[in-house]
Amino acid sequence: MPEGRQPILELQGITKSFGGVEALRGVDFALSPGEIHGLVGENGAGKSTLMKIIAGVHTEFSGRFLIDGQETHFRSARDAHSAGIAMVHQELSVAPDLTVAENVFLGNQPTNRLGLVQWRRMAREAGEQLARFGIDVDPMSRLGDLPIGLQQLIEIARVLFSGARIVILDEPTSALSPPEVERLFATLRRLRAEGTAIVFISHFIEDILRVSDTVTVFRNGRKVAETASAATSKGALIEAMIGRGGEALEHSYSDDLMLPRPADSSVVLKVDQLSLARSLKDISFEARAGEVLGIYGFMGCGQQELSRILFGKLKPDAGTLAVEGKPKTFASTAAARRAGVALVPESRRAMLFHQEPVYKNISISILDRISALLLKPAQERDIAQRQVEQLQIRPPVVGLDLGMLSGGNQQKVALAKWLTYPPKLLVLCEPTRGMDVGAKNDVINIVRDLRAKGLAIIVLSTEPETVLSLADRILVLKRGALVREFSNEPVSKDRLLEAA
Amino acid sequence: MASSETAPAARQRARGLAPFLRSQMRNIAPFLTLIFLSGFFALASPSFATLDNLGNILTQVSVTGVIAVGLTFVILCAEIDLSIASIANVTGIAVAYFTVQESYVNIPNIPLPGIAAILLAILLCAALGLVNALGLTVIGIPSFIMTLAMMQIAAGISALLVRGQIAYKVPDVITTLGSGSIGGIPWIVIVAAIMLLGGHLVLTYTRFGRYVYMVGGNREAAEYAGLNVKLILGAVMVISAVCSGIGGMLGVAHFGSAQQNEFDTYLLDSIAAVVVGGTSLFGGRGGIGNTIVGLFVLGVLNNGLDHVNIDSFLKILIRGLILLLALIINVYAQRLREKAAE
Ligand SMILES: Nc1ncnc2c1ncn2[C@@H]1O[C@H](COP(=O)(O)OP(=O)(O)OP(=O)(O)O)[C@@H](O)[C@H]1O
Ligand SMILES: [Mg+2]
Repeated sequence: MPEGRQPILELQGITKSFGGVEALRGVDFALSPGEIHGLVGENGAGKSTLMKIIAGVHTEFSGRFLIDGQETHFRSARDAHSAGIAMVHQELSVAPDLTVAENVFLGNQPTNRLGLVQWRRMAREAGEQLARFGIDVDPMSRLGDLPIGLQQLIEIARVLFSGARIVILDEPTSALSPPEVERLFATLRRLRAEGTAIVFISHFIEDILRVSDTVTVFRNGRKVAETASAATSKGALIEAMIGRGGEALEHSYSDDLMLPRPADSSVVLKVDQLSLARSLKDISFEARAGEVLGIYGFMGCGQQELSRILFGKLKPDAGTLAVEGKPKTFASTAAARRAGVALVPESRRAMLFHQEPVYKNISISILDRISALLLKPAQERDIAQRQVEQLQIRPPVVGLDLGMLSGGNQQKVALAKWLTYPPKLLVLCEPTRGMDVGAKNDVINIVRDLRAKGLAIIVLSTEPETVLSLADRILVLKRGALVREFSNEPVSKDRLLEAA
Repeated sequence: MASSETAPAARQRARGLAPFLRSQMRNIAPFLTLIFLSGFFALASPSFATLDNLGNILTQVSVTGVIAVGLTFVILCAEIDLSIASIANVTGIAVAYFTVQESYVNIPNIPLPGIAAILLAILLCAALGLVNALGLTVIGIPSFIMTLAMMQIAAGISALLVRGQIAYKVPDVITTLGSGSIGGIPWIVIVAAIMLLGGHLVLTYTRFGRYVYMVGGNREAAEYAGLNVKLILGAVMVISAVCSGIGGMLGVAHFGSAQQNEFDTYLLDSIAAVVVGGTSLFGGRGGIGNTIVGLFVLGVLNNGLDHVNIDSFLKILIRGLILLLALIINVYAQRLREKAAE
């Protein structure tokens, strides 16, 4: 914390429990103007919960809450907003059916004297604001039609330019590509210079160390360390997070990594000359049994569309798919599933049932294997319980509503649903997004297990680390075209970035 | 109510009473409304709280109940079916159309054996439901618009069949089920109870029922889980039409006649029963249990207003206001639940 300044926000002895589960225990936290404060901790450590208390989302908790030295109690997120607090949530919270411009101005659209929305002015100003942030998009397009990463950028831009004194970013970079992360950091530094207090949560410890002044570490609902960023290291932070040495867990991938010789096992998926409007051009590749194929590219390079075509959610304009030698045109996702294809998309909101218990989320894709006509809830719970234990989902209670799990644990549930009856081809989009170092490692191990069982696995990611840690062979996708294949040769983060 | 809610219920009870009550608002509010209305009418009129009158209420809500079974499926999927009353009407007319009428009935009909008449009538409503299903899933017309068109189409078929006349005879089985009784209990009440029970069992204990809840809860997620969402939506539209058709045949027997516009009030009543009972208009929450409570609220309200001495024109307004209140509770219950989950 910079010396000598009065904290703008001070929390003392914050305790918050959800029913029996204590999410936060006696946490002290302070924030000064002109400070970027990094938060790290394992999945479920309580980071989002603390931030939601600050942003007025959770209103019931015990402990003292002071703003500018004044004891305060927010009754709603709106109270927090008027006190100058704005937050980008871990789960995208945009309005997909509204236009980009409406989202940027959410809640305070410019109106004329009659109270009518001034569309032209709103579109122009929204366009200008986004352009300042390096986003080039038609302000009148429907937000939900844009790729997830772009939606996230727009939400970040909205919050950063809202004029708030305290800005909270809960894992804002998970969907961004390196150049966008750079732009975000530049903006954060500018806001810091203007005196804004910023909280930045991330599982990318390098990012935290680079951009923040102070780092606070959470473990099991407690604050276990708070240090100046300059005075700590990645290893020390990981150790504080998980309570043991963590050097082996996180690999930096800056050195060359040798990819193996391509497998000569059977071809599970053959994609030939796939094209889709402006998103994909003449994509051809094969995925083989017992091989993890990585597809790397910046946000908007066409990964999302490619994954949707493989799972029958989008129809290509041209080109063919063949699964195990049989040509397929998937009429629906159900047809793709029957053909042995499974997809874990990058958006948790899109793929999970937040109001349903964990076990129903896990069993939904395999119900037809468990039961012909009548449901067998006991068996469903058993299966779910095994997956929950295997993936170490916390808390390990399959009857809990999914919405009550932390972000990283929800991501694990999304993966768990395909593991009981493994498909032939598993397509994973950003499989480790939002996971802590330990969980990432678990996912790596699970993917290796599945590979050993002979599945063909495709991992699509905008994070070089994800692809490098999982893939045996890497394709680079650039503006909808495959531009480079890495196979049986050395590869590193730099080489990937260069190719993209 | 719906057993899909009992598991979270048991868990939430452990977390303290207040959040549990808040999360169960959707189920509790309609129940309180029912108790309040019954209490009010019992005090206001000595003839209300009698066993005889209970029988009346049950009989009065039976046709609505049968139609509401299918509608519950549709609303759980976050869709709507506005053609239920028209399909009930046309099916009732069809079954009469295929039955021998008295000589003074001047309709150029086609008399067939009773069983054939019933089968054809059911086939008709299933076919109309299938048209709804195809419009919704294959062409992609929103259900609100598609079923609005079907409402008109079914009314048109009814008009062509009876041509402004009234038919009276339906097959004997239907007559018995619609207006007969056994051991003092009207058959129509028994049929409604069986259909409601059947709907409940399907929704709660079968794979299809689970799919209905999941598709209603988050359609996109259902698609990403590899469910055939269109097939499920199509199926609920057909189920809704067939339930309406059965309600229509029973209704015609119950009223003793088949004619145009006979079921017009059943559209609003059925939707009201489902929604007042607490099934979410946003899909995924609620069930037949809720619909049963909703039916009773509606039945008590309609019946009770006849027992108290007020202006009959005012009654219409009162009904509307009470329905509005229930709708407000429905929407608030959704928000409270979200709060309780937090
Ligand atoms: N609405 C809720 N109801 C019940 N429990 C909850 C709720 N929200 C969070 N929890 C629990 O509180 C704990 C802390 O969750 P939180 O979301 O703060 O974790 P996090 O540190 O943000 O993790 P992640 O890195 O996975 O996002 C977890 O055990 C979680 O299951
Ligand atoms: Mg979180």
